[in-house]
Amino acid sequence: MTAVESEPAETPEQPLSAPLDIGFDYTRSVGPVLGRFMAALAQRRILGVRGSDGRVHVPPVEYDPGTAEALDELVDVAGEGTVVSWSWIADPLAGQPVQRPFAWALVRLDGADTALLHAVDTGGDPTSVHTGQRVRVRWADEPVGHIRDIAYFVPVADPPADAAPTAPAPPAAATGADDDTTTVDTVVTPVQLSYTHSASPEESRYLRALADGRMLAQRCPGCDKVYIPPRGACPTCGVPTTDEVDLPDTGIVTTFCIVNVPFLGQRIAPPYVGAYILLDGADIPFLHLVLGCEASEVRMGMRVRAAWKPREEWSTTLENIAHFEPTGEADAPYASYAHHL
Amino acid sequence: MAEQRTAVLGTGQTHHRSKRTDVSMPGLLREAVDRAMADADVAWSDIDAVVVGKAPDLFEGVMMPELFLADALGANGKPLLRVHTAGSVGGSTALVAASLVRSGVHRRVLTVAFEKQSESNAMWALSIRVPFTMPVGAGAGGYFAPHVRSYLRRSGAPEHVGAIVAAKDRRNGALNPYAHLRQSEITVDSVQASQMLWDPIRYDETCPSSDGACAMVIGDEQAGDDAPDPAWIHATAMRTEPTTFAGRDQVSPRAGRDAATALWHQAGITDPLSQVDAAEIYVPFSWFEPMWLENLGFAADGEGWKLTEAGETALGGRLPVNPSGGVLSSNPIGASGMLRFSEAAKQVMGRAGEHQVDGARTALGHAYGGGSQYFSMWLVGSGKPA
Repeated sequence: MTAVESEPAETPEQPLSAPLDIGFDYTRSVGPVLGRFMAALAQRRILGVRGSDGRVHVPPVEYDPGTAEALDELVDVAGEGTVVSWSWIADPLAGQPVQRPFAWALVRLDGADTALLHAVDTGGDPTSVHTGQRVRVRWADEPVGHIRDIAYFVPVADPPADAAPTAPAPPAAATGADDDTTTVDTVVTPVQLSYTHSASPEESRYLRALADGRMLAQRCPGCDKVYIPPRGACPTCGVPTTDEVDLPDTGIVTTFCIVNVPFLGQRIAPPYVGAYILLDGADIPFLHLVLGCEASEVRMGMRVRAAWKPREEWSTTLENIAHFEPTGEADAPYASYAHHL
Repeated sequence: MAEQRTAVLGTGQTHHRSKRTDVSMPGLLREAVDRAMADADVAWSDIDAVVVGKAPDLFEGVMMPELFLADALGANGKPLLRVHTAGSVGGSTALVAASLVRSGVHRRVLTVAFEKQSESNAMWALSIRVPFTMPVGAGAGGYFAPHVRSYLRRSGAPEHVGAIVAAKDRRNGALNPYAHLRQSEITVDSVQASQMLWDPIRYDETCPSSDGACAMVIGDEQAGDDAPDPAWIHATAMRTEPTTFAGRDQVSPRAGRDAATALWHQAGITDPLSQVDAAEIYVPFSWFEPMWLENLGFAADGEGWKLTEAGETALGGRLPVNPSGGVLSSNPIGASGMLRFSEAAKQVMGRAGEHQVDGARTALGHAYGGGSQYFSMWLVGSGKPA
């Protein structure tokens, strides 16, 4: 990930920001009730569940909203119903079911007592949708056992002449055998989150110092502890920290682990040594990588120095230091760092 | 209103597995809830409020799970709260539920905690790389392994003690029909022969990734009097501290010490090792048993491993620790803390089955979370508190 300055270089006191994008394809096990509902969708049928009071819920609920009893009496409802309420989406987002202006609508299907939230396509015309309107399912070309097998709804009277552009189909569901009926076991629900991560003003000053090859810390005026990265306030005393201190790029390993395990999203190939590095003059260690010797030779108290990347690769990040490596000096005595563990 | 005496009326949990794809998230919770309500012999009309807990949202990608779980938890028309304190959440959720009864606000509260780890990847969720930092994070094991190394250095504990804990807890798990891992044949040697994942933590010294849930019904004094074997809540404590600050003791955090001190004081316990009959302690990596024995005051600093090595924490020992198999045998993260609390209750209710500690009258339930920054604990007893 590349650090991006949020402001032009002539206003260097602005905090730094960078994108933070994360995503995961969550696998939902849907349980026996929704599993049968989704399996029916693959057959172009819509099922509801009969509640304790006789009402039919669509989509089906697993537990009765009134009595909390488990429900399992599934019944067919119609593929046609009535718009109960709606909201116009003038600019559809990526991934929404209809990729031209459409209505999100609560549709009460014939035979159901509750309303299903889904898209209504009117060919992009906001004046062609209204409460009380009769609408009908438009099925996906190749249903797979997913709520998106219902591509969208269209007005029964005067449906749009052309098919609506739709978002790509969701990942196929996993199915399993449940007695003699095939049910859907799991569905994949991709989640993507895009943040702009901003550093604090103090951390930004530390990061800009890193871009110049300097280690910039702050000292608490109350307890004299030196923090790197600086925090702007002392977590112990609760007072603002304004005194800046330049630290050397040498220090010790207080403690460490050797990561042998690979995992999703890992940035460094295992095995590697993740170590707490306590810079000379600092009162708190930070995590970094130790190279330059066998992992088995890394010790608590070992003296290390920063191995900087080539200057032309520097930016506002601690990654300017590729790793820390042994200096060859004698280890620090345990008593000198025992209170940093 | 004066503080009310409070008791656990019943407990329930799921069969914990790596993947419970046979149930939805609501179905998973109901498996535990239905068992707890049957154990407590209560109906939905007896429940005044519901308190639910789960681990961080990124673990399952569900925001505000309490909203979509309301039907399954019978919470419509009742107060429904969600608690969040990372890995300790199961414990703090139980304590929030207990406080609603102790304060006299409600007579019976249902509390439930859960995790469906199979729907996501906790290792990924715990290793999200924040801009401007070094990407050295490696999940919970990568976080805790350096602090385990610090404990080894500080205490001088022999290397095999971690393996003793792991073998003991997994064999205990084999006695627990709900446990995810049930390894009656595991030995200290086989643990030591397992792969080193986050040196100094080995594969067999690491908790599994589980789907599971746990629930309890907590009632007031009258409800406790009417129950056949209530677990009376004698003391509760919660403490928090920042994850990092200069001079922080990462091996034995002050928040844990302070919580334990408060707990023993409330319960009138002066010698925990002699006065407590069983302990369910949150041990996701084996070495946390001796570490927490010291943090909780069962042993002096640097001495906890001696209790483990001497077999005192095994079933039949002076203080059986994690007779259920503990987090090392089942780890639905959001529920793991509540499992500790409910297993402590089961011991004093005499309902722990094959992993029952003979004659247990006083038991500790303990949970911690985050970077050892949240601590929650309770002490339960078969007798009513003074």
